[in-house]
Amino acid sequence: MSERTVAAISTPIGEGGISLIRVSGRDAIEICDKIFKSVSGKRLESLSGYTALFGHIMGEDGPIDEAVVTVFREPKSYTGEDVCEISCHGGRYVTAAVLEAVLSAGAMAAGPGEFTKRAFLNGKLDLAEAESVMGLINAKSGQELKLQLAAKKGRTSEEISEIEALLLELSADFAAYSDYPDEDLPDLSEDNFLRLLKIASSKLERLLSTYYSGTVLREGVKTAIVGKPNVGKSTLMNLLSRETRSIVTDIAGTTRDIIENTVKVGDLTLILADTAGIRASLDPVEELGVELAKDRIASSQLVLAVFDISSGLDGNDRDILSLLSKENTVIVLNKSDVGKVLDETAFEGFKTVLVSAKEGIGAEELERAVADTVGQGNLDPDAAILLNERQFDLVRKAAAAVKEAESLLLSGFTIDAVGVCVDDALTLLYTLDGKRVTNEVADEVFRRFCVGK
Amino acid sequence: MNYFAGNFDVAVIGAGHAGIEAALAAARLNQKTVMFCINLDSVGNMPCNPSIGGTAKGHLVREIDALGGEMGVAADKTTLQSRMLNLGKGPAVHSLRAQIDRKAYTALMKHTVELQENLILKQAEVIDMYPAEDGWHLVTRLSAEYVCKTVILATGTFLAGKIFVGEAAYSGGPDGLFAAEGLSDALKRLDIPLRRFKTGTPARVLKSSIDFSELEVQPGDERIIPFSYKTEKLPENSVVCHISYTNDKTKQVILDNIHRSPLYSGVIEGVGPRYCPSIEDKIMRFADKKRHQLFIEPCGADTEEMYLQGMSSSLPEEVQIEIYHSIKGLENVQIMRNAYAIEYDCVDPLALSASLEFKDHSGLYGAGQFNGSSGYEEAAAQGLVAGINAARKNMGLSPLILSRASSYIGTLIDDLVTKGCSDPYRMMTSRSEYRLLLRQDNADERLMPKGYEIGLIDEETYNKFLKRKAMKEEEIYRLRHSTIAPGEKINEILERLGTTPLSTGIKLSELIKRPDVSYFDLAEVDVCRPELPYEVALKAETEIKYEGYISRQQAQVDDMLRLENRRLPENIDYMSVEGLRLEAREKLSKIRPENIGQASRISGVSPSDVTVLLILTQKKTEDKN
Repeated sequence: MSERTVAAISTPIGEGGISLIRVSGRDAIEICDKIFKSVSGKRLESLSGYTALFGHIMGEDGPIDEAVVTVFREPKSYTGEDVCEISCHGGRYVTAAVLEAVLSAGAMAAGPGEFTKRAFLNGKLDLAEAESVMGLINAKSGQELKLQLAAKKGRTSEEISEIEALLLELSADFAAYSDYPDEDLPDLSEDNFLRLLKIASSKLERLLSTYYSGTVLREGVKTAIVGKPNVGKSTLMNLLSRETRSIVTDIAGTTRDIIENTVKVGDLTLILADTAGIRASLDPVEELGVELAKDRIASSQLVLAVFDISSGLDGNDRDILSLLSKENTVIVLNKSDVGKVLDETAFEGFKTVLVSAKEGIGAEELERAVADTVGQGNLDPDAAILLNERQFDLVRKAAAAVKEAESLLLSGFTIDAVGVCVDDALTLLYTLDGKRVTNEVADEVFRRFCVGK
Repeated sequence: MNYFAGNFDVAVIGAGHAGIEAALAAARLNQKTVMFCINLDSVGNMPCNPSIGGTAKGHLVREIDALGGEMGVAADKTTLQSRMLNLGKGPAVHSLRAQIDRKAYTALMKHTVELQENLILKQAEVIDMYPAEDGWHLVTRLSAEYVCKTVILATGTFLAGKIFVGEAAYSGGPDGLFAAEGLSDALKRLDIPLRRFKTGTPARVLKSSIDFSELEVQPGDERIIPFSYKTEKLPENSVVCHISYTNDKTKQVILDNIHRSPLYSGVIEGVGPRYCPSIEDKIMRFADKKRHQLFIEPCGADTEEMYLQGMSSSLPEEVQIEIYHSIKGLENVQIMRNAYAIEYDCVDPLALSASLEFKDHSGLYGAGQFNGSSGYEEAAAQGLVAGINAARKNMGLSPLILSRASSYIGTLIDDLVTKGCSDPYRMMTSRSEYRLLLRQDNADERLMPKGYEIGLIDEETYNKFLKRKAMKEEEIYRLRHSTIAPGEKINEILERLGTTPLSTGIKLSELIKRPDVSYFDLAEVDVCRPELPYEVALKAETEIKYEGYISRQQAQVDDMLRLENRRLPENIDYMSVEGLRLEAREKLSKIRPENIGQASRISGVSPSDVTVLLILTQKKTEDKN
């Protein structure tokens, strides 16, 4: 067990009705006993693991909040250490006050990712699981949560283990082929090597292809809202935000900008590019030029192009339309409450949605169109998914090494070099699931954990 | 009452392949050395196959040679046939193997030992040993008591050896020699963890009773590359080997008699090697396989004894006869020496540190089969390192510890002392993660500077090495900087080789990088080419052709070195390190790794444990600052 007892708020601030403060380390129970008064009069130290007491968290000036404190005894806890979890009422002020009480009773504030790091160090999680937990913490949408849970249960690890087994088989075949040249080992042929390499290669490619979906779900979709001035862009934004009320906060340090830039549409998080620009464009002095729209469209994964259906297409509209690609655009025909003048044939081949941002009509249709366009409509959350860039990077390199092995074999290069490529791929995958860990890996993983989860 | 027989700096118990290298190295490093052998006619004996080298083993021999050992020199002088294995599979796995005249080898080795200054060869059986204030005391069966600063145990398969042939089981060493009795008890009194391993050897048969007419012939190479960098007179092929196969009848004979195998009836307790199973083992474990290959190898130039590689057995003698007679070419074969299994005491190598010194017994070293390995070459490699380190300890110098990235020798020792072994350990190219760096062709570049520094490589040999290295480097430079223009001649060559002809000029090195093109293919068009020794040219080619892979492995070595360089203090009490899992605490306490790299290779030490160690050493460094 680590020397220090650490504590942190383990639920996102301001979300949900219950907040959880986690305290972990050798003195966790003793510290919590100092600030917790149970209704029954029992002390936490008398509890066995997995049991809880109801009572009050006491501050300097009396009770702060009602709370349920659950005790976990080493090693049967998330971190593998003694842990108390204080469930209190949500809300920024109360939660912060409870944490402060815990800290003043002798705990230290947990460093970034510290709980998960301890869990990893105590052998409670493997590296892939630990990274998945980090993803859970950052989960911004319902579907992503399901994906994260699938990975935590080991889908990613399972998939990778399968490829490892394949490569290991190959590596062993190469070894036998080279180490026993005089034995007659008929199964060892270059054809068979090639066949196994192809299987491994396609499995790796499949894993890689899930990265994009993962990115979209985890990090949100870079979205541009374009349209000529006064077409209703900012009201559309308000429609999107009002409709969901689930503005995502960044736990590490919520900023106003982030709140304003991120909206949830169904299961997806949209990151709106240059929101300020759109708002500014309401000011006639800073009208949005076509050039600016061009840049914005180029750097976005999704484009919401807004047109006023109550008036005809003008030159500005046509300029914008000419920049759009049918692949990633949803045409939003706004002001449907005012009347329908616009000729829709101009949008043939595009996905179009009729809305009235002002009246709040058409939000559901918009949601569906967005999901379809981003390609998440049919995503199977149970499928193995790569979770983050580090994993993607390692699998990408492993896939490249396997591809290289394949092409070396085909070009008639000697088997020893082919073997080196296969070993490289294997090492990369082992690094991925922590079967072989280097200094950098641990640092990299734990650096990216956000505070106290 | 014992009599005092003398003081020595280094004593070596056993004069097999490990003992010889150990004793020669120590004596050459000016240590007054004594080497004991049960029978002086068996110095450097080859009780199993009459060959040296083979996959990865060939690498070991070249490394031994580069460090200043004897095995390669002696093998070259007694070679009957030489082959470079795996020629089509790439330079990383090229391995030299030579059939050896075993009597000639033994005689040569014994003579070399006899001529060595500072070295005394003594026929005697050591039956007791114990440490005292003035050093290690060794007592022989004839009550001679020697006092030595350091001792190297190289007992091979002699230690409490026991022979098995069917129902017959008796105390004995290899090749009909006596077993070493008594010493095991002395070692147990020192709490040295002994265990039983088993190995075996096939029959030797009379050449004139073999019908070679329908057997496949395996000739030697046309161009012979010697083991030793010192060898000037190239060995020549004077014999061929033959190949035959077992068949259904062989299988039936074995199945009918398997209950008479001491291995299957449970009489043998020792663990046998997985890679070199007896013929009954092969038949039982690989039941689907239609046939098993065997090689018929001559044992020497002036003997009619032939060795049947692949046919080791511990079945009764009359069953052995039936088995051999079932094989094509051997229908009327006459067995001269029967096949047998031998069980012996050896140590759990986890008790040793990377210098091959016992962690708990200062000045005591282990080498060879005693350490749980198998094979002449593995034994010699360890003997050399143990001999060097015993000498260096006496001289107050730090031990020679070879890294995995430097050599197969380093890999062998690291595997033994870090991972231990559950059956006799044989070297394989696949055991090295740095195969493309640890080629048999560059053993000199990897190790000769070390051998020179230690004092086992003489000035002349070293200067020749430096010259070779310079020639190679110049040639690589030239190939990288010479452009060849497209032309009729070159394109004709390229088309013949099945590769794209040139349309613009290209660097010679780029052409050599093509899989289908070799350095030697370009001789005709590469007009400025200097005349180079074959091995130098070959090495230049390899380094160009495999440049990308070599540099990739080098990058991995550099990565690993960062962990290797994080030393673990000797006095860490792992049992009290917080964050380590229990299994890791126990393993680390037992093995006491020297650095985090070694710790990370211990089975049962997980990545999270390694992270804890990293944090621990980081903390210690910070505390110090």
